[in-house]
Amino acid sequence: MPELLLLTGALALFFVTLGERRSLLARRVALGTALATIAACVLALPAESILFDGAYRVDGFSQILKLFLALGLFLALLTAGGLRDIPADFRPEFYLFTVLGGFGLVTLVSCVDVLTLVVALQMASFPLYLLVPLRREREGQRAQMESAAKYIMFGIAANGIMLFGLSYLYGLTGATALPALMHKLRPVAESPLALAGLALTCCGLFYKLAVFPFHFWTPDVYQGSSNESAAIIASLPKLGAVAVLARLTALASPDNPRFALLLAVLAAASMFYGNLAALVQTDLKRLLGFSGIAHAGYTVVGLVALDRDGRAAALYYLFAYLFMTLACFTVVCRVSYEGRNVAMSELAGLHRRSPLLAWTLLAGVFGLAGVPPLAGFIGKLALLKAALAQGWLWLLVLAVLNSAIAVYYYLLLIREAFFRDATPEAPVLELDAATRWLCWLLVVLILALGLFPGRIIALLGMVV
Amino acid sequence: MPDLFNNIGFPWLSVLIFSPLVALTVLLLLPGARAQRWWTLFFTTGEFAVSLLLYPQFNPQTAAYQFVEQHAWIAPWKIHYTVGVDGISLWLVLLTTLVMPLCVLASWTYIQTRLKEFLAALLLMETAMLGVFCALDFVLFFVFWEAMLIPMALIIGVWGGPRRIYAALKFFVYTMAGSVFLLVAIIALFLQAGTFHIPDLMGREYPMNVQFWVFLAFFISFAIKVPMFPFHTWLPAAHVEAPTAGSVLLASILLKMGGYGFVRLSLPITPQAAQLFAPAIQWLSVIAIIYGGLAALAQTDMKKLVAYSSVAHMGFVTLGIFTFTSGGLEGAMLQMINHGITTGALFICVGLLYERLHTREMNAAAGVGKFMPVFITAFGVFALSSMAFPGTNSFIGEFLVLASTFASVPMVAVAAVPGVIIAAAYLLRLLQRLAWGGTCNPDHAGIKDLSWHEIAALLPLFMLVFWLGLKPGSFVEAMRPSLLNLLQQVQSAAKL
Repeated sequence: MPELLLLTGALALFFVTLGERRSLLARRVALGTALATIAACVLALPAESILFDGAYRVDGFSQILKLFLALGLFLALLTAGGLRDIPADFRPEFYLFTVLGGFGLVTLVSCVDVLTLVVALQMASFPLYLLVPLRREREGQRAQMESAAKYIMFGIAANGIMLFGLSYLYGLTGATALPALMHKLRPVAESPLALAGLALTCCGLFYKLAVFPFHFWTPDVYQGSSNESAAIIASLPKLGAVAVLARLTALASPDNPRFALLLAVLAAASMFYGNLAALVQTDLKRLLGFSGIAHAGYTVVGLVALDRDGRAAALYYLFAYLFMTLACFTVVCRVSYEGRNVAMSELAGLHRRSPLLAWTLLAGVFGLAGVPPLAGFIGKLALLKAALAQGWLWLLVLAVLNSAIAVYYYLLLIREAFFRDATPEAPVLELDAATRWLCWLLVVLILALGLFPGRIIALLGMVV
Repeated sequence: MPDLFNNIGFPWLSVLIFSPLVALTVLLLLPGARAQRWWTLFFTTGEFAVSLLLYPQFNPQTAAYQFVEQHAWIAPWKIHYTVGVDGISLWLVLLTTLVMPLCVLASWTYIQTRLKEFLAALLLMETAMLGVFCALDFVLFFVFWEAMLIPMALIIGVWGGPRRIYAALKFFVYTMAGSVFLLVAIIALFLQAGTFHIPDLMGREYPMNVQFWVFLAFFISFAIKVPMFPFHTWLPAAHVEAPTAGSVLLASILLKMGGYGFVRLSLPITPQAAQLFAPAIQWLSVIAIIYGGLAALAQTDMKKLVAYSSVAHMGFVTLGIFTFTSGGLEGAMLQMINHGITTGALFICVGLLYERLHTREMNAAAGVGKFMPVFITAFGVFALSSMAFPGTNSFIGEFLVLASTFASVPMVAVAAVPGVIIAAAYLLRLLQRLAWGGTCNPDHAGIKDLSWHEIAALLPLFMLVFWLGLKPGSFVEAMRPSLLNLLQQVQSAAKL
């Protein structure tokens, strides 16, 4: 149901792009599609079935992820707002590609066959590649083209590596369906070939999640693409990637120390690289890009545990991350002057220019920093608990150290927004009703995930 | 441990913890500064009155947690909303509710900009602080513990002095860095015991290597909060830059959380490791006492002076806790309450002088006593209390700590005694300047004595100085069973 709705929405948007360039209609169609998809996801939550010869599975795991993806899509579309930085000509396309990407992601989480997985990953990737160059051109600036090229080239390379890895796994097991593959791989999971296969397969997803060393596109793409596109690239695909990673890491048997060590090293490297590089950033989107790399590292800490709790923790963390990132990007999109990139200093005096935006930023930023009672805290607690339960003390200590480092640059944002006075020429920010609702919704979601996580944690614990 | 639970039915503690949030909602709807001030004062006073109702219902004969409430919160992880108070936390709850209306009064004219947000931050702080002292679930404790950071950092960073941003960032980074170690300790204990329930965690024995690391993690977090030497550097900056109410909250309540953490968590959960580290912590406390005193002696800024004196006073608290004697623990607990009363009052005094003189320099304020007789009387009493003058509240606390230290580790006690003399030196010097120094300063001619709200802010503290000083028995008796129970746990662990 959600898939069909999104596909219908995408088709409708396609027709909108063909006719007169009516971006308002496109926006309404896209938002309506996302809303209808949320409703469909809620209705389809208990659904269970296996389609397409066992290649596509609708189960609790996929349905809860679809719900969050649909919610994320809706919020991301709202975050993008009026698309100030995207030329009017391309606005309908923006909505089309976003909804198409959403469709790809929603199908991705249901794929349990290697072939459908690869196809869905492409479906989720290509529309997003196309979002990057959609930016108003400025004199002497073609950064969006460079970013788009980077995103596509690295994306395709990562996909290639993933396919290469999958070919190893197929060669070892002769199976393409993930459950069969999992079963046959278990006895040989420790073999170098299986490890290489698994590791290479994960590369494609690490790329989407921006885990070190597959991260290098992130800050440049965030910086080069429009604020609106960056908001979408920073949030939705990561959730899809973690969903598939959770399925894939379930492939590795629970006592596969080498694979776990590999993940642990990647997690540690991501956290350190992301956080240390973020310390010196002045461009807000670049900072969020580097912080995204660090958060990818935290997420992988959950996967290192190679058990149910760890996977549930990683997914929960990404749910929280989705809302917290969107909160930060909402601020970026609204503070941005004529769609330009926002320097950290432009946040100065935000609490006076728009108190609601300032509080949204506070919720997002302190959520990312892991301050209770916001969502990021429970997420981090879940991750650390899962890792320590499997004896990863050193990784836990590194994660904790990184949290402490990260607090510093998050505080710099708060310093600008709350403690500094605005420059006289900084305009007062008038928020439209949709933005006000979005801000409240995001703050409530971030708080609610932090204060009442019980149901979702129980649900995730059952389905992963 | 069901026998340690005594639930009386009505959710007193939840009402206390969460009603500031309801008051906050009302506050947000109120137009006009006057209405907002009066509403917050009315509410916080009412909250204090409600908290006083706990006292007659509290059974001082038992070490049990009382007014306990328990509800499932994050069921899959066995995290519960569990709150309760015993003889240790009851007083800190009362101190918190007492200090809040005084903070509102101390900000009556001091805070002129963005008043609504300031009062909202105060109310948020009240919820978080009460939550810390009542929480009996480790995750709940941590949530409240950290939730204090945001409003406190905003109070310092938005309404503070010229270097407020630096001070707010330093405060936040330091305490957050400490807290992440606390989080690790919490997770490690959960994996050992399978529960976040604090009384359950106390009733178990952990292998020494677990205790060792958990204690260290606790120590870093609590030592930063106390703050103990050498983790104290955030304190002078935060105190000096914070507005008066912020300084009072920091001194009266927030610093107590470090000591409370040691008493509530470190000692009973990691008793053997606590004893292993005790000598080192005793000496660190002595260094804090002497160093804090000497640093205070060197200050000419009155607020800095009081801030450094806090480092010294809190040194007595940690010294008392780590003597592992009943006298030491009682002294430390009393000292925590006393410091909350006395130093809070001193900060209010410095704040109201600053409002009149626009400087905190001691020399600029010399001789104000001549024009402000009511003020100087109150100030004199608080200064005498701060130097532990017999008959005032601090005397009994410091005396108990020093006497117990003499009995158990005489060398440490001998080293700590000069701290008392240094305290007398810097406080008498300050009192002398304010009361009698520079009598011909023409700038002070038009200066006004205390207004009604300033008197209202100081009067309760003034009375408590003497009440606690002359009749500490009722306070000590209510906390004794809990402290003895705690001591028993530590001593039985030592025999293992």
